[in-house]
Amino acid sequence: MPKVTFPRMGESWRAFKILLEDLGNEVVVPPRPSKRTLDLGVRHSPEFACFPLKILMGTYLEAIEMGADTIVTTGGVGPCRAGEYAMLHHKIIKDLGHDLKMIVFEPPRLYPVNFIKNIYALNKARVSIKGIIDHIKRGWRKLQALDNAEKLSHIIRPRENNSGTTTRVYRKVLDWIDQANTTQQIIEAEASALEALHNVPHEPARPVLKVGIVGEIYVLLEPASNLEIEETLGDLGVEVERSMFLTGWTRDNTWSETTHCLTVKEAAAPYLPELVGGHGRDSIGNTILYAKRGFDGIIQLAPFTCIPEIVARTILPRVSKEYEIPILTFFLDEQTGKTGMTTRLEAFTDLMRRKKNIHAARISLTG
Amino acid sequence: MVVKVGIPSTLLYYTYYPFWKAFFNEIGVQVVTSGKTNKSILDSGVKEALADACVPVKLFFGHVMEIREKVDCLFIPRVVCLNRKTVFCPKFLGLPDMIRYSVNNIPPIIDVRMDTRQGPMSLFRAYLKIGEYLGAGKLTASYAYCKASNILNTYNSLLRKGLNPVEAIDYLENPNGKLFEHHVKTKTNLRFAVLGYPYAIYDSFINVNILDSLRKLGVSVVTAENIHPLLLAVQKNCGLPKRLFWTFSDMALKAAHLIFRQGNVDGVLHLTAFGCGPDSILNKFIEFEAKQHRNIPFMTLMIDEHTGEAGMFTRLEAFVDMVRRRKEMSACPR
Ligand code: SF4
Ligand code: SF4
Repeated sequence: MPKVTFPRMGESWRAFKILLEDLGNEVVVPPRPSKRTLDLGVRHSPEFACFPLKILMGTYLEAIEMGADTIVTTGGVGPCRAGEYAMLHHKIIKDLGHDLKMIVFEPPRLYPVNFIKNIYALNKARVSIKGIIDHIKRGWRKLQALDNAEKLSHIIRPRENNSGTTTRVYRKVLDWIDQANTTQQIIEAEASALEALHNVPHEPARPVLKVGIVGEIYVLLEPASNLEIEETLGDLGVEVERSMFLTGWTRDNTWSETTHCLTVKEAAAPYLPELVGGHGRDSIGNTILYAKRGFDGIIQLAPFTCIPEIVARTILPRVSKEYEIPILTFFLDEQTGKTGMTTRLEAFTDLMRRKKNIHAARISLTG
Repeated sequence: MVVKVGIPSTLLYYTYYPFWKAFFNEIGVQVVTSGKTNKSILDSGVKEALADACVPVKLFFGHVMEIREKVDCLFIPRVVCLNRKTVFCPKFLGLPDMIRYSVNNIPPIIDVRMDTRQGPMSLFRAYLKIGEYLGAGKLTASYAYCKASNILNTYNSLLRKGLNPVEAIDYLENPNGKLFEHHVKTKTNLRFAVLGYPYAIYDSFINVNILDSLRKLGVSVVTAENIHPLLLAVQKNCGLPKRLFWTFSDMALKAAHLIFRQGNVDGVLHLTAFGCGPDSILNKFIEFEAKQHRNIPFMTLMIDEHTGEAGMFTRLEAFVDMVRRRKEMSACPR
């Protein structure tokens, strides 16, 4: 039986795993990217390949060592490099002498036949169409549960009483969600996960800094690639809101009032009206929306040589000036070190805190 | 007073300048270019642009700095797609915005969007819009468009005759000049394909005179621009499941595919720019092509803002020597 693996992005593997297993595949769970993954990836990728391509290269090679012989991944139609990843990965892996099958999902709207063919190839258990839809729905529900737990951890962490508790509890509840199999179980696991996080001793009213995180999707979603920046920020007493989750973009009620229902695209339009691939335009749009919602700062995460984020980064200083919001950019690659990052984050946090205090002082003086 | 439109002499300049110049002149607008790249253009570009940007984009910033104060407006069209199939590198797509929001004292920018996927007339309409912006009537602009198209055809046929863009532009500007001069002057006994983006291959400053150096070493050069587009088009996806998304990269890969298969060159060079995103993929695929055709030596050359002419010449010389020895050896087998 073929052994299937897939790209790893944060905790989403838990959902993809059950989905693929439900369809009757043997799954090799892609390992969490480590130093070795990066080394492997860097060694076998072109020098200026973007960071996600390199990490995935390493992940695939490790999964192959673990016995995987089929990779399920997504394609794309550009304009950015991600759409060509699969093709390049496949060629490099074959060149290294591995016989490997690559199942690439192209956007179903443009390539419906490809979609059906791929589903058919993966449907080893010959599940009925209705069954497939049910499985996908369930996988999706699991993704949502994982995302919800993560979102809550971002809120609790900066307010916790004993540093490190939230992270510990969060790791534990992930396993609860992981073990849930039916939709009912997933819902229950989610509820108890959220409750457990709420029960972390914390001070809900503590005033904290709020930072929006924008940037390229892979480095946003895979903590191993961004050196757990969200945890670091949480430990520094900063609440983060990430602009991207696999199950959709954050959309709570508070912002539709304050931002006049601007979509990300509309917000970005005065600065960058063109889709430049990846998430360059979203980075600009989300920065503006966060600024309008009164966030204290923005952090942009971008892979080294990432084209769309370079375009965005070139324009962001102007946005920063016009909306009076500090922005910090990290171009991430295998050489980025955690200590350096933490130092820059501390300085950035100080800057935001000073700015906030000055602002508060001004209000109390005039008011 | 006539309006002055500034065209930075890099990126798409090498592909479309004759068209643009003819069009603007015909609607009564003066064209000002930033001229050949030089040290100060490079330096100001490096200073002004983001450190993480690729060298060609930094150069573009430099060229913009060079003319921003000499013109009434800058022509930086948002060229998305011109063949209904491939798009330009995402940095081209965001070029007008990057310039507008990160360089100070920028005159108005004509950033009309050109995307032929939006219908056969979209390019024509884009130029009518440019005409309108500059105060030219529909009729004048249409006429200018036709005239410019003719000139572009002439230009492209000059390229296919073996001229490089700089020579062809020179020739178009003064047709009585001496065409093909260098072609008779130096004798060459090797033939190389040089692959890469026009704005890297033909900018003799940034690539530290690669083409001239090769000529001095007795090597004649063929580039993707010298090949008929139909020949490139029939290469399809070069044996890959998908084509490369980006126009220039796609062209370079197709040229590589064709040239390695035809086998009538003695060596292949790929000129890649430091920090270029699409090149990371393109270069790997060309390398795979080369691996299948080991009889034709292949080398990748990377250029960046610090590349020195001496070092480059040494590398080229070594490569040329190697190719020449190989050729002599295979010519007289024992
Ligand atoms: S968005 Fe950035 S990281 Fe993603 S494929 Fe494009 S260049 Fe690479
Ligand atoms: S194709 Fe490469 S060199 Fe050209 S603009 Fe894009 S990234 Fe820069």
